[in-house]
Amino acid sequence: MKRRKFDIAQVPANVGKGVDDRFQAATPLRGLLNKVFPDHWSFLLGEIALFSFIVLLLTGVFLTLFFDPSMKEVAYQGAYPALRGTEMSAAYESSLNLSFEVRGGLFMRQMHHWAALLFMASIIVHMARIFFTGAFRKPRETNWAIGVTLFLLGFLAGFTGYSLPDDGLSGTGLRIASAIMLSIPVVGTWVSASIFGGEFPGHLIIGRFYIAHVLLIPGGLLALITVHLGLVFKQKHTQWPGPMRTNHNVVGERMFPRYALKQGGFFMSVFGVIALMAGLFQINPIWLFGPYRASEVSSASQPDWYVMFMDGLVRLMPAWQITLPIGDGYSIPPLFWPAVVGLGALTTVPMFYPFIEARWFKDKESHHLLQRPRDAPERVGVGAMAFTFFIIATLSGGNDVIADKFHISLNAMTWVGRIGLVILPPLMYFIAVRVCLGLQQHDREVLAHGAETGIIKRLPDGRFVEVHQPLGPVDDHGHPKPLDYAGWVVPKKMNRLGALAPAVKGFFFPVEKPAEAPVSPGMPPVTAREERREREEITSGR
Amino acid sequence: MTVVKDGSHEPGTAPVDVHDPRLSRFEIVKEGARRDDIEIVTYESQFPMPNSKAERRVVRNIALLFLLSGAGALIFLIAYIWWPWRFELGHTISDYYTAVLGISLAISLFSLGFAILAWAKKLLPHEVSIQDRHDAPSSDDDRLLTGQTMAYMVDELGVQRRPLLKGAIALGLAPLGLVAAAPLIGGLIQNPHKDEEPMMFRTGYNPVPNKGQLVRLTRADGSPIRPEDVSVGGQITVFPGVAGGATNEYADSPTLLIHLRAGDAQMARQATDADPKNQGVMWGNYVAYSKICTHAGCPASLYEQQTNRLLCPCHQSQFLITDNARPIFGPASRRLPALPLTVDEEGFFVASSDYRETVGPDFWERP
Repeated sequence: MKRRKFDIAQVPANVGKGVDDRFQAATPLRGLLNKVFPDHWSFLLGEIALFSFIVLLLTGVFLTLFFDPSMKEVAYQGAYPALRGTEMSAAYESSLNLSFEVRGGLFMRQMHHWAALLFMASIIVHMARIFFTGAFRKPRETNWAIGVTLFLLGFLAGFTGYSLPDDGLSGTGLRIASAIMLSIPVVGTWVSASIFGGEFPGHLIIGRFYIAHVLLIPGGLLALITVHLGLVFKQKHTQWPGPMRTNHNVVGERMFPRYALKQGGFFMSVFGVIALMAGLFQINPIWLFGPYRASEVSSASQPDWYVMFMDGLVRLMPAWQITLPIGDGYSIPPLFWPAVVGLGALTTVPMFYPFIEARWFKDKESHHLLQRPRDAPERVGVGAMAFTFFIIATLSGGNDVIADKFHISLNAMTWVGRIGLVILPPLMYFIAVRVCLGLQQHDREVLAHGAETGIIKRLPDGRFVEVHQPLGPVDDHGHPKPLDYAGWVVPKKMNRLGALAPAVKGFFFPVEKPAEAPVSPGMPPVTAREERREREEITSGR
Repeated sequence: MTVVKDGSHEPGTAPVDVHDPRLSRFEIVKEGARRDDIEIVTYESQFPMPNSKAERRVVRNIALLFLLSGAGALIFLIAYIWWPWRFELGHTISDYYTAVLGISLAISLFSLGFAILAWAKKLLPHEVSIQDRHDAPSSDDDRLLTGQTMAYMVDELGVQRRPLLKGAIALGLAPLGLVAAAPLIGGLIQNPHKDEEPMMFRTGYNPVPNKGQLVRLTRADGSPIRPEDVSVGGQITVFPGVAGGATNEYADSPTLLIHLRAGDAQMARQATDADPKNQGVMWGNYVAYSKICTHAGCPASLYEQQTNRLLCPCHQSQFLITDNARPIFGPASRRLPALPLTVDEEGFFVASSDYRETVGPDFWERP
């Protein structure tokens, strides 16, 4: 029998054939490799959340190997002298051991916590990007609702997570959570007793929060993130208006290799930021708080930042108790309104915003081109209201610290928050709408009259006039022909129009000849260049 | 400005024979992209010629970044293994363990990230591709076919035509669904108002579980308190003198025992005696109020001696002790319950009964 010669160069082709025989992968794989993604810095904000989530999963799994979700009372005998002999729960003891007696354990714990803070921060910034550019419009309403749900799940994941160490601060948070459950009319005591397994704090809550934190909520997050990304993939990413871009195409780069490489590099950079923060900035030093005691709390007890708006709303709520004079009398405590109704409304009403806005504007079209915020002033106004509300509530969550550090009366801070929460959002709506209209007007003005040159000309009759550089062709009198606004940046400075001296690359010495035409980073080329040059035929892969 | 070039994007025209040996690999790639409705509009090198000085410089920098990444990772490993990491009292080199890990790992990850980014952004050719979005809905025929298929399925099952099935399904499946819910509901739901243990309305000071004896007020270590242990104007956190009284088993029981100045005590006595529920709760110039805030259950633990205000640090509710612990600011809507005080024959403080009002955060059925 003749042995066939083994040809190493044929291996990839043979493997490829084998795979395609079995899975018919060639066509979908090529589609995937070739898929075009539009590129803009603001599209990377959601990626930060995704990458933080991956870091959270990695570090979180490590932490579970050492954490003991038990409320059994033990006497601490570990490496931290200040707490030796103190009675504490096994959960708190194992968190201390994780910080002091596991090599690199504190680093992993801080990485997990910082990644969580970054996760929530990037979700909010990403949502702001989606909101202010109108990326939630049809057909992406579902993905917007999923995004809002992801925020709520992240909020719950954060709360259950920082409750687990069972230190003085997190136990206080749990007690407030129990009070919030108690405040629900009719079923409050039943809800609290059922979740805590009896009277607060009971012996079960850490174990229950643990399974919620490591399985149920991450499972939900993972499932929803998968759907979220799958929908982005299926519906294709939105893009900014610009040359060649229409509502029915995607202009950008194919996914492989350049786009995917950039994503990988960005992931490593986000990972690096989290590692740097975890190494340098202390977060949640649980050994300073001591074990949870129902009788002890320190001033400046604040939750993590994304929960502070809830705490702030609870602080600002006036002491309005509703008492129903039936039988022995029933009461609805003031805590119910901000903590149950407030959180419920703030996480569900925004889900329906895309439908509300579409109905308001009677807009039934699909939109794949983004809007500049200034082109939708009312939406920006609504967003400004929401953010003003959020910021005042968050600041009020730390109003005792502000009062302390700035020597302001604590009660004055509360009143500032109460009044501000009512007055400032509508004011910000008005200001934001006016700013948007002003920016719109300025765009139109430059399109009609040209950009300011900074040159003042004196006419023979003594008048002074300012010289404008038209952006487009001019008529017989030298007046610019009016240009239409195209939904994208209008160049307003001479530098953007080619008055800037060509940039020379190189740090100490020039490494190449100056670029032929001045190009400003961050700005799309001015259309005049596009028109002059026909598209080049592509002849090589280089 | 949106510029759409007519005729430039024509997927489906002039297919190329991909087996033509004269084609370069890039031409085959272009053909593949064309079949995916992608037009590669520009694809140009960032360098004027291959292997130019500028290109070699970029390659050198990227190589350097990769090496730096490896160096950072090595520093991390070396520090992880050999840097002293066990906690010691005082200022020692082990304080920097976490910082060294963070900095070295960040150097490694940043270098790797920047190397990859530089590779993609500086070395790879610039590209502009246009892909059809294919955002049109399915064709009317497809919609009709799928809709009819689903309607046909419903028809075939015939639940509409067979009412017996409809009823049987409801009666058969609903109990099974309840079976699924039963262990969850039955096991999880707790009655907060059990007769033998009315947890919402009983604290550690209740004499009944203490064999009928009045419960002493004790410090956290369990030692009882005599009136002279608390100086005038002073206050102390007390716990029920029962086994585990200072632990979280009695999370509703922490109480603040305050020795008021004579003038303040006069005002406080007037205020408590004016309240039918709180008559006679004071003993001498001493008064004891629940430390558990009626707002959200935090310990209201900041006592302002001069103004006799008690402030809860969680949400800044303030209670005026000399006015029967009335809430005077913040979100709390209910005064703190008072613990009726007396002194037993040995001269130690005891609670003459349990709290007369419900302790802790407010709820619906609080009487």
